Amino acid sequence: MILKLEHIYKDYLQGKMTVPVLKDVSLEVEEGEYVAIMGPSGSGKSTLMNIIGCLDRPTSGNYELAGQDVLKLGENAVASVRLHSIGFVFQNFQLLPRQSALDNVALPLIYAGVRKKVRRERAREALIRVGLEDRVNFKPTQLSGGQKQWVAIARAMVNHPKILLADEPTGALDSHSSKQVMELFRKLNEEGVTVIMITHDRGIAEHAKRIVDIFDGEISERKGEDR
Amino acid sequence: MLENIRLSFQGIWSHKLRSLLTMLGIIIGIASIISIVSTIKGTNEEIKNQLVGSGNNTVDIQLYSEGYQYTINSSADIPRGIYEVTEETREKILDVDTVENVTCYKERINSDGVFYQNTPLSSVAIRGIDTSYFATVGYVIRTGRNFIAGDYTDFRKVVILDQTAASDLFRNENPVGKTIEINSVPFTIIGVVDEASKFEPTIHSIDDYYTYVGGETSGSIFMPSASWPIVYTYDEPENVIVRATSTDEMEDAGKKTEDILNATIADPESEVKYKADNLLEQARSLQQLSAATNNQLIWIASISLLVGGIGVMNIMLVSVTERTSEIGLKKAVGARKSAILAQFLTEAAVLTSLGGIVGVGAGIGMAQVINRISGVAVSISIPASAIAVLFSMLIGIVFGFLPSVQAANLDPIEALRRE
Ligand SMILES: Nc1ncnc2c1ncn2[C@@H]1O[C@H](COP(=O)(O)OP(=O)(O)OP(=O)(O)O)[C@@H](O)[C@H]1O
Ligand SMILES: [Mg+2]
Repeated sequence: MILKLEHIYKDYLQGKMTVPVLKDVSLEVEEGEYVAIMGPSGSGKSTLMNIIGCLDRPTSGNYELAGQDVLKLGENAVASVRLHSIGFVFQNFQLLPRQSALDNVALPLIYAGVRKKVRRERAREALIRVGLEDRVNFKPTQLSGGQKQWVAIARAMVNHPKILLADEPTGALDSHSSKQVMELFRKLNEEGVTVIMITHDRGIAEHAKRIVDIFDGEISERKGEDR
Repeated sequence: MLENIRLSFQGIWSHKLRSLLTMLGIIIGIASIISIVSTIKGTNEEIKNQLVGSGNNTVDIQLYSEGYQYTINSSADIPRGIYEVTEETREKILDVDTVENVTCYKERINSDGVFYQNTPLSSVAIRGIDTSYFATVGYVIRTGRNFIAGDYTDFRKVVILDQTAASDLFRNENPVGKTIEINSVPFTIIGVVDEASKFEPTIHSIDDYYTYVGGETSGSIFMPSASWPIVYTYDEPENVIVRATSTDEMEDAGKKTEDILNATIADPESEVKYKADNLLEQARSLQQLSAATNNQLIWIASISLLVGGIGVMNIMLVSVTERTSEIGLKKAVGARKSAILAQFLTEAAVLTSLGGIVGVGAGIGMAQVINRISGVAVSISIPASAIAVLFSMLIGIVFGFLPSVQAANLDPIEALRRE
């Protein structure tokens, strides 16, 4: 079991009101699974993903990642989990505007203490893998929305994480590019990477081996025959 | 670390105008301090080298009585128990490691009884000198010849004039070969000496200091010390001049010579004693005076550094807010707090160090301009410049600390949600 979320609650304080966003979410994911999380806008998908990615903390509940109680870890240890175990494709790319595609992809490697030369090699490899070998030195402003998404995916892969989290990875892509992303995710999953992606596109979700629905902060899982 | 420095330069370069404005406070502060320090140092060096050392680092050790220089005007003034400096004492003085050269001379100041034909030469100093006198005080023969061994062994009645005495007595005539009378004894003039390098002060602010150098406006007449008893007394006390190995050693050389000479005075209770001129000490108090006023200027300049530092903090706080999403992203991909802290501190330090370097450059330029306009001597101090740059770096680290901590503490999720 690589992920184990138990009775996760997340409330936001809106003025004096507490707005519950996640309500008693429990989710278990085995190593090597390929999971799609589906739900309408505002249902709490990103909120859940941020908790899984150790970017955010639940208001209450338990969360174990690879057997480790991440909610009890110190700040540096959590940073290390983010750095080495998780690759995150953010909903709106989150690229550094002043740096080239290569430097953006190489960013996590800096914090992993990889030497510059090796960094550049590995970043280039990742960019080649997503088909951007001819855009290596382009700045984000010189890239199309789809290309930015590829750069973001390359960055998530560059540290060879065990878990790949993708928040709407095909949101900015046409159906052809979306297919290519799904192809890449399938390959990564075959290589042993646990993939969890958020989407509200049923067609995209069908690429996953397992679909989890989230509605108004509550989770329901469709079993095999419902699909 | 290197990566951070590279990134800092990139950041500074991509915000040229803003970086320049941020650095401006530091630049102005450092520039003023450097130009003030250069001026202080230049003035001090000029006082020390030109006035104190007169360019040749000699110290006079003369007889003093009750705080006043003891002058011998007639044989009645000769103090008891003090005699010519012996060869042995001379050797001892030469053995002092800060002494390079030594000369002993007998002297009459404001001597009357000096005539050329029937014209008296008033207020002239007459000196009976040894063979190393001219070399020690830095005089060279302009016309005629120097004393030779024969002048001493044969007690020849020959004299050498200095430039002042020569022009006083002879105007434009060549004095060599002429005869003057000293106490009714005829002496032949064999040469004229002059200072090897004329001391021409360029400082305007310390005119008062001329009092120390002046005094010798009347001329001097030199004769071999061997011939001294012909007109004056046998075995008279002598004054001593030593040349120190450097300007800084003048005090030491003077003091040690003074001690050696005083040890030769038979009577320990003697009221007349040798004392070394301490121009260095006088110069030091003068230097302190100029430093005191300039120190106030340094304080004022330091305030502009403080303002500069606050400016750095201000801009960095803005920059942290502006770069929230960058910081959040870095933390999200796994950057530790310390990495972010290091990045921002480096940025602040690089920025202010750069300001410091530019400031040092501007300060040196300003010092040159001050020198051109007002003629005040300036001297660039390398250690002061290095300290200034280090200090600017420190300002960056101190004032960049708060913004950096703020950056390091950013919550990644907060940061990423902001667009
Ligand atoms: N910082 C916050 N403060 C208050 N409410 C918040 C905050 N962050 C998220 N929310 C609320 O939580 C709910 C879920 O947000 P979330 O971003 O998880 O939605 P989502 O399912 O990812 O939607 P989308 O498909 O549009 O990305 C929203 O109603 C949102 O208003
Ligand atoms: Mg979302």
